[in-house]
Amino acid sequence: MADVHTHDAEEPRRFGRGVFLATVLGGVSSLVWGKGVWGHVSSALGGAEAFVPLVPTKGWRIYTVASSMPTFDPATWKLGVGGLVEQPLSLDYGALKALPRASQVSTFHCVTGWTVDGVHWRGVRIKDLLAQAKPKPAAHALQFVSAEKPYVDYLTLQQAMLGDVMLAYEMDGQPLPREHGAPLRLVIPDMYGYKNVKWVEQVNLVPKAGEGYWELLGYDRDAWVGRSNGYSS
Amino acid sequence: MRAAPGYVRRFSRTERTLHWVNAAGFFVLLASGLVLYLPALSAQVGRRPLVKDIHFWAGIGWICALVLVALLGDRGGLLRTAKELDRFDREDVAWLRLRRPAPQGRFNAGQKVNASLTAAFFVLFAVSGLLLWLGERDTRFRFASTVVLHDGLLYASLALLVGHLYLAVIHPATRHALRGMVVGTVREDWASEHHPRWSPPAE
Repeated sequence: MADVHTHDAEEPRRFGRGVFLATVLGGVSSLVWGKGVWGHVSSALGGAEAFVPLVPTKGWRIYTVASSMPTFDPATWKLGVGGLVEQPLSLDYGALKALPRASQVSTFHCVTGWTVDGVHWRGVRIKDLLAQAKPKPAAHALQFVSAEKPYVDYLTLQQAMLGDVMLAYEMDGQPLPREHGAPLRLVIPDMYGYKNVKWVEQVNLVPKAGEGYWELLGYDRDAWVGRSNGYSS
Repeated sequence: MRAAPGYVRRFSRTERTLHWVNAAGFFVLLASGLVLYLPALSAQVGRRPLVKDIHFWAGIGWICALVLVALLGDRGGLLRTAKELDRFDREDVAWLRLRRPAPQGRFNAGQKVNASLTAAFFVLFAVSGLLLWLGERDTRFRFASTVVLHDGLLYASLALLVGHLYLAVIHPATRHALRGMVVGTVREDWASEHHPRWSPPAE
């Protein structure tokens, strides 16, 4: 067959569509391998990307739902603890920081796929916050109300008492930055970021966990990393 | 419109419209996308739901506009250009291997590769962007790597854009090509020096 010799010197090759198709196929297939490979690349870089101006530091993205980001004024800020409690509380920033301190290093997972490893948090364990407020027996869950309206989310008391759940006011050795929820955010590393409510200004004890902001939009209430929201690992 | 004496027509009106609609869409999406992506900008601009809507609908608008230009414009001409961009002959391969001289046609091999990559990135941006949008609404469309693909495309297309802008605006030997993409025509002597195997159709 003469066809064997089609690609002789005079016959143009269709490289253009080859480049196009290979790129599209490579890109689409990266939906399967992309995150794993990127994880290796970024750990090989060893945080060097943090020195590139503008690139998201350590892989953080800033997600918000309201038209403006809450501002923090230490002079007027208060954390309320209410609902089914014997002793409702209103803590100012100083009183919050006077509570027993806890620190931890944990990984932060966003449901959209990005992950930040080795985040240093410092803050207050839920049990230390509740020790003063004294939940009533009917209280089985906590509602975390954000200053970013209308963002709320819930944890059961059991979830909130996990060993690495805290209300954090420091991140990586600095006061919590505004875009990360200053001055106080919930941290629950076993669940996706949308449960880690930012700009927490009120904690209410409630009979049972309700639907938070993203749950009302179809996300799972129990947002366990790797086994909720359509993921299984 | 006839080319002025000493000039030859390199790009048709449809090709130029397609190019500039593509460029405009890219820059609107780049600006709104960076606000969504970069923490410093996200914090400064705020209004994320609005910026997200702008980004999404600009993306839909971009796709529709390109399809419209292709459908309403000179389809036959676009198809011929696509064929030209697809085909790499011996000189093109030599050009890519940096073997000179490798006299080029209307497009040099680098421009052909750029066109293929730009088209592929366009498709991948659209697919991953739609998956991000759908994934927020339905877990069946949610993949852990979608955001990695969309962000990776940003870096890849920025690299391509920087090279493209350098050659089109700064590099002395090639920047005359910009005239071709703005008014359609280029100098005959420039064409015969850089694209000697291109024989522009007589007007």
